[in-house]
Amino acid sequence: MRPFAFKRPAGAEAAVKLVAANKDARFIAGGTNLIDLMKEGVDRPNELVDISRVSLNLIRSLGGNGVSIGALAKNTDTANHPLIRQGFPLLTQAILSGASPQIRNMATNGGNLMQRTRCSYFYDLGTPCNKRQPGSGCGAKDGLNRYSAIFGWSDSCVAVHPSDMCVALAALDATVRIRTVAGGERKMNFTAFHRLPGDMPELDNNLSHGEMILSIDIPANRFQANSYYLKIRDRSSYAFALVSVAVGLEIDKGVIKNARIALGGVAHKPWRAEEAERFIEGKQADAAVFQQAAELALRGAKPLSENGYKVKLAQRAIARALRRAANV
Amino acid sequence: MMQDDLKRQPSRVDGRAKVTGKATYIAEFRFPDLAYGYLVQSTIARGTVRDIDTAEAEKQPGVVKILTHKNAPKLANPQADEDFGEKSRPFFALMTDRVLFSGQPVAVVIADTFEQARYAASLVKVSYNEEKPSTDIRDVMDKGFASGRPRPVRGTPDEAFAAAEVKVEAEYTIPIEHHNAMEPHATVANWDGERLTVYDKTQGVTGVRNYLATNFGIDREKITVLSPFVGGAFGASLRPTPNTLLAVMAARETKRPVKIVYSRRQLATAHGYRPASIQKIKIGADKAGKLNSIIHEAVHNTSSHEDFAEDLVGISRTLYACPNVRTDAKITRTDLQTPLWMRAPGTVSGAFALESALDELAYKLKIDPLELRLINYAETDPDSGRPFSSKELRECYRQGAERFGWKDRKPEPRSMRDGRFMVGWGLATGTWGAFLAPSSARVTLKADGTALVESGTTDIGPGTYTTISLIAARQLGLPLEKVTFKLGDSNLPSAPSQGGSITTASVGTAVQECAQIVQKDLMATESKREASPFSGVPFENIEFVDGAVRIKGRPETAMTIGEVLSRNGLPEVTATHTTRPDFGERAKYATASHGAQFVEVKVDEEIGIVRVTRVVQATAAGRIINPKGAHSQEMGGVVWGIGMALMEHTEIDHRIGRIMNPNLAGYHVPVNADIGAIETIFVPEEDTIVNPLGAKGLGELGLVGIPAGIANAVYHATGIRVRDLPITPDKLTR
Repeated sequence: MRPFAFKRPAGAEAAVKLVAANKDARFIAGGTNLIDLMKEGVDRPNELVDISRVSLNLIRSLGGNGVSIGALAKNTDTANHPLIRQGFPLLTQAILSGASPQIRNMATNGGNLMQRTRCSYFYDLGTPCNKRQPGSGCGAKDGLNRYSAIFGWSDSCVAVHPSDMCVALAALDATVRIRTVAGGERKMNFTAFHRLPGDMPELDNNLSHGEMILSIDIPANRFQANSYYLKIRDRSSYAFALVSVAVGLEIDKGVIKNARIALGGVAHKPWRAEEAERFIEGKQADAAVFQQAAELALRGAKPLSENGYKVKLAQRAIARALRRAANV
Repeated sequence: MMQDDLKRQPSRVDGRAKVTGKATYIAEFRFPDLAYGYLVQSTIARGTVRDIDTAEAEKQPGVVKILTHKNAPKLANPQADEDFGEKSRPFFALMTDRVLFSGQPVAVVIADTFEQARYAASLVKVSYNEEKPSTDIRDVMDKGFASGRPRPVRGTPDEAFAAAEVKVEAEYTIPIEHHNAMEPHATVANWDGERLTVYDKTQGVTGVRNYLATNFGIDREKITVLSPFVGGAFGASLRPTPNTLLAVMAARETKRPVKIVYSRRQLATAHGYRPASIQKIKIGADKAGKLNSIIHEAVHNTSSHEDFAEDLVGISRTLYACPNVRTDAKITRTDLQTPLWMRAPGTVSGAFALESALDELAYKLKIDPLELRLINYAETDPDSGRPFSSKELRECYRQGAERFGWKDRKPEPRSMRDGRFMVGWGLATGTWGAFLAPSSARVTLKADGTALVESGTTDIGPGTYTTISLIAARQLGLPLEKVTFKLGDSNLPSAPSQGGSITTASVGTAVQECAQIVQKDLMATESKREASPFSGVPFENIEFVDGAVRIKGRPETAMTIGEVLSRNGLPEVTATHTTRPDFGERAKYATASHGAQFVEVKVDEEIGIVRVTRVVQATAAGRIINPKGAHSQEMGGVVWGIGMALMEHTEIDHRIGRIMNPNLAGYHVPVNADIGAIETIFVPEEDTIVNPLGAKGLGELGLVGIPAGIANAVYHATGIRVRDLPITPDKLTR
């Protein structure tokens, strides 16, 4: 085994100090992704800082139906929490469509945000990957890219973010509350948390090394009656999305007052379709409008050699998810 | 088969051990002072190893030795387990610097612990002289060459096709698929002086013993190969994998027992795979649906070093009556591991092409697909002209159709709906040869009324422990729980490898005959005993019932087996027997299992999702000995077929010749949520020709027609004919 130190500090403050002091240190909580990465030799930390016992597992109301979900609450507990089931059924649906019950029982919310791409080149030490080894090249761009991005990719990386939960959080205008290395707190819009690969694909997100996610806060909304998460995959369960769509609508007398649309499986980060959102806001909730919105959402797509199907599939998925959310 | 009927049937005799963890699998065995080997695999697909730098790895704590081609001892007599023709150059790990496929073992690190070995393995630096690999069958399909003996052309197929009233001509492709058994390939090897004991994941302990004896130049008698439980194999353990030789070699070099276990990622190249294939089919028929021409041309890939060939086209020679048939089988070389037999090898691939093409023909003819098959039903084997020893395929069609409700099918594609789902009904036919091989067994009747049955076969999951125990129990007149069956040990009377669905027929016959010999021996002794009630009674008039011996029709003469033994002063009676099947009589017939598969799919057309909601699998495989096991096998065939039809696909980056989804997250097999209702029907066959048991193999049969049946149902649902497996959402939403 590659030797590493294992530390279990008393609280968040000590944990942040430990990780910040060592660029090869990693937080570990559920470990459902990090352990895999270590076994494969993709990530090689020399120090693991166990935060699984830090008390950041609360799910609490922020007033209205806003909610704060602790970074260390388990995915399963989050999906099934009454505040989430009642206030954000979209999030429940998204979480439960990911992974398997066993994994969701272990995985934490913060870890879900931090999970890394499942691009097969990233996982295979025998192939080039700029995300794993900057400067080595991108195997997928001109190789096997059926699962790769159609939005926001760069010459150095075409990987997609694998999470389902994050697609819903992007649609729900969540913010991420972070403990900084200096000891303070800062907040980041969820849509600004993950980043596009650009020429630094080794960075998945905009956290600084040592910063720790404390909670994910979701503001009150009125999407409860009209939301839907649609995931399309190669088998019924336990597979990453080819394309997924999170939709939240606020509908008043058949007119869409407020819309959120986010896509998964298409980019290095959960992909908000803001133009399509603006397009349907103020319009009647009907299939024709949704179809137009779906086409609009994919207008800027740039498919690769093997993933052209994602454009049409994503359009259909958006149109269906909107119809389902609106019950039309 | 109905659930209520099954409930009354015996369950797996090894079931409790398996679910309680008492069944020990290869990687769980250990010896004192065990060392662990970990493989380093090549990252290039073709070329040579320029250098291997092991200096840093050797410095690590716990490292005992590192074997590479530079220091590995030469094999005494390198000889493959299989003969794939004179041009084949079998691969032996660490014997040369040549790299034949990506993932080839180039070093093995032996250390005190698994973790130390794996870590040190990551520090071995290998440099290569790289050559451009060729792994895409499309690139080399024109370089195919004939495999095996050419088979005769029947009639004038090309002329008949040209003149046919109705024609189908189509190309079908299947990607490489991997077995992905639960249990990884593993070996634990221990030398005790000149004696060698090897726990090895294998489908044939005798074959592994002989392979080791040859390659290391030692007597077979000094080697024991053990494989008591196998966690799925499906063909992947029909050939020894590199871990076997390397663990034995490493144990000898380090003078310690050595265990090598493949990781899931490494497994993708530990053994072969179902080869990629491209098949061209031409079928001609008259307007009434009578076939007058079948031309089936297939090419599949092999490695650069062995001419592995499997029979994709044979099914087109035997399944339907057709006067004009030509089949051409070719293989073509790629820089990949040698392919390997995988459940229903060749036949399931061929059936996907033939049974899809026949479905296409049915639509052109506007004849029901079932009717078309009945019109062309082969009463005798069209290839050999011989009668079938038994063939209840017609009854499979009839009962399957009735159970499925086939008569309610609307013929037009896109004509059936269930809400937003398009509904499709498709069918296909399956067949698998009923083979038989000589086998040996030993049966011992003991004074405590139990029987010990032994044979050096394996149980890779089909339920051989149970099936053979049932055969012995029935013959000996004992309750099942009084019979113990020992297998998976090369010191036991030898049996063929468990492949080709031959085990029940072959080993079962040996056990049944051997049990009968034991009964005769016992009664021969008993009848000579003074005052024996059986004196002068012919053996035919004696029966073994409920653990006792009695004269037929005279229950009052019953004497327990224990009593018979003790009255004769015997602790036990035992016999060893080797079958010598009468292949002469058998050769006058064609012998095969058959089945009809009826499939319902519901397609969510907008997003391209196919659900196999219902399958009726009707099977004619002679006498069914173990009903629950048979039901399980036929269900398993359906599940496998769903995987093959809808999701299984080994992805290779052909630029570097490397398998890119070598894990169960990337290589999709069905999950429970993918499986709908599966019903099995067993149509009994009385068959005294095929073997004394009257049983035919069915482990592979149940898969053969399923992928075509699903593809045909998808066409019926959507009007989209997918000729390129797997049928993933992208192919239905173009």
